[in-house]
Amino acid sequence: MTSGLWELVLEGIWVTVQLLVLSALLATVVSFVVGVARTHRLWIVRFLAGFYTEVFRGTSALIMIFWVFFVLPPAFGWQLVPMWAGTLALGLTYGAYGAEIVRGALTAVDPAQREGGIALSFTPWQRMRLILLPQAVPEMIPPFSNLLIELLKGTALVSVMGMGDLAFSGNLVRLALQESAEIYTYILLIYFVIAFLLTRVMRGLERQLKAGVGKAPRKTVPAQARVSDGAGAVKVGGGA
Amino acid sequence: MTDPGSHTNPPVDGSELIRFDHVTKRFGSNTVLDGLDFSVDAGKHVTLIGPSGSGKTTILRLLMTLMKPDEGTITVAGDQLFPASEKQVREVRKKIGMVFQQFNLFPNMNVLRNITEAPVTVLGMSKDEAEQRARELLDLVGLADKCDAYPTQLSGGQQQRVAIARALAMRPQVLLLDEVTSALDPELVAGVLDVLRDIARTTDITMLCVTHEMNFARDISDQVLMFDSGHVIESGPPEKIFGDPEHERTREFLGAVL
Amino acid sequence: MQWDWGAVADFMPHFWDGLLVTLQALALGSVISFVLGLVWALLMRTPSRFVRWPVGAVTEFIRNTPLLVQLFFLFYVLPEWNITFSALTTGVVAIGLHYSTYTMQVYRAGIDAVPVGQWEAATALNLPLRRTWTAVILPQAVRRVVPALGNYVIAMLKDTPLLMAITVLDMLGEARLFSQQNFQFTEPLTVIGVAFILISYLASVLLRGLERRLVR
Repeated sequence: MTSGLWELVLEGIWVTVQLLVLSALLATVVSFVVGVARTHRLWIVRFLAGFYTEVFRGTSALIMIFWVFFVLPPAFGWQLVPMWAGTLALGLTYGAYGAEIVRGALTAVDPAQREGGIALSFTPWQRMRLILLPQAVPEMIPPFSNLLIELLKGTALVSVMGMGDLAFSGNLVRLALQESAEIYTYILLIYFVIAFLLTRVMRGLERQLKAGVGKAPRKTVPAQARVSDGAGAVKVGGGA
Repeated sequence: MTDPGSHTNPPVDGSELIRFDHVTKRFGSNTVLDGLDFSVDAGKHVTLIGPSGSGKTTILRLLMTLMKPDEGTITVAGDQLFPASEKQVREVRKKIGMVFQQFNLFPNMNVLRNITEAPVTVLGMSKDEAEQRARELLDLVGLADKCDAYPTQLSGGQQQRVAIARALAMRPQVLLLDEVTSALDPELVAGVLDVLRDIARTTDITMLCVTHEMNFARDISDQVLMFDSGHVIESGPPEKIFGDPEHERTREFLGAVL
Repeated sequence: MQWDWGAVADFMPHFWDGLLVTLQALALGSVISFVLGLVWALLMRTPSRFVRWPVGAVTEFIRNTPLLVQLFFLFYVLPEWNITFSALTTGVVAIGLHYSTYTMQVYRAGIDAVPVGQWEAATALNLPLRRTWTAVILPQAVRRVVPALGNYVIAMLKDTPLLMAITVLDMLGEARLFSQQNFQFTEPLTVIGVAFILISYLASVLLRGLERRLVR
């Protein structure tokens, strides 16, 4: 491979990383807003948040991407630049999965903690901010870590739209060299290294957060492997 | 040491502070409280006794607005709790403190912050004042050296004493004690009860107490209410209830626990 | 926004064709992932680390890299090695392989959840290893894993549109083809989007029912 082709790959990595960071930020915001809304005391708020998660978890990330690229512009007159379109589609979809993580962790907090908060006259929002979230967030990190890997894999989908990410750069190199095995092996290895680094970062984050609530980090059990909460499996459809 | 039970607007001793009118509470088909009427006067220490499942804890949980009655009204210091707006309920809540069987300390906060958080965010007290007061209260419960510890680092008895300090920090008019020693190892019970005896003796705070510690009940109570299947079947001063109970069920119950 | 019911009507025959391909891919992919996942899980329990280590590394690698790139790899690289499959076959193999690295974790957890006493009882009865697995451990493990496997089938359903990237005419492939020929994107894409939501919703309802049955 020539250095010119490697440059293509480097640009691809840069696009993938940007897309990953932006859509992870959007997905985090969506996760917390929708996840907290699912525990709201008004049924209509819970219903709307539940509807959102059902719809966005029900469909495929790739179809969402097609929709944002092809249906949104004529329908609403928005012509998003590809980076924002990709961010929107991925952030909204993976945010719906994240919302389930947030909701699950919030409901897993001992209900007695809520009662302790009521007995001290905290408002519902104060209870959420001061008591529930600080205890729930460290528990969210392992499943969020798995979701982040799924999101990284999901960023490859934008290459179908011709966005110059890492996967797309692989296709360009293949066309240039008329040879596939080498370049796709490299591309897969690069994804694997990024995933490895992300896992490391998240594990460090978990350790730090758990230290803050006076708990030792437990041994990480991959969330997918927990048979008992089959419904909480983190694998995301359409995010390969 | 300032009086930990003092509050801005103390009710006149002897006036009625808490009132239950025809309160009914059901869980499914099980009626736990059945048209209950009773009242507690300000400054009094009232103990609820009776077999488990007789609805004693439910009374405390209703007062703390952790649940709602199916029928009837509850009044605290002249303010109705049910039905009431969320805002009104929160105002009434400020007059009531509660100590739970399982302590319910917040594991994400250290001891000092467990005590100061609510005075600062709910009552708008300055942080310095709240900390000053928290240290006084910790001194009162004998844990002055545990300010920076986290709840998981404390024994059950220590956690419960922090929980008592936390409840008092809000300067409630009423303190609800829900089987506060039931979850403790036997050797830790005495320390917690001593703290509560102290508070009962030195403050004018109204106490409503569910307990299985009959000696403690005899020591601190002005009045004892005997509960059975959702009704008060007998009430009176502790000497009377423990010494010469009238009701057959009371005798049976006391015979079993004493 | 203009919505053209005529376009929907024109698209529907293609939709049914695509649905059939999607369901085929899903069924075959599921079977491959169920079988292969069990193979990985059992290999991970062999005493030899010369087996465990490579299996662990390869499955970890597959699980942490994009299915889309794996599809490209198989689709473009296999012919270079003179192995030729149809695009659909390649896609099914890739999906099945990818998901087998998830189902293996499900099996592992299911096997771990069988109480130690069951192993001890089998040893006490002098059951041969093969019998212990087939008659004692696996039947108990499988009951526990069915709901989790079902969730992965639903996840797999949502990954089938990726096959479009290697020219398979699944639902999304049909929708894209129709769009390009008729310059009508909104209707076919919305139809298949709604179809996915409906199918995965129905599947999750079915799965919950199945779960309740198995628990009893």
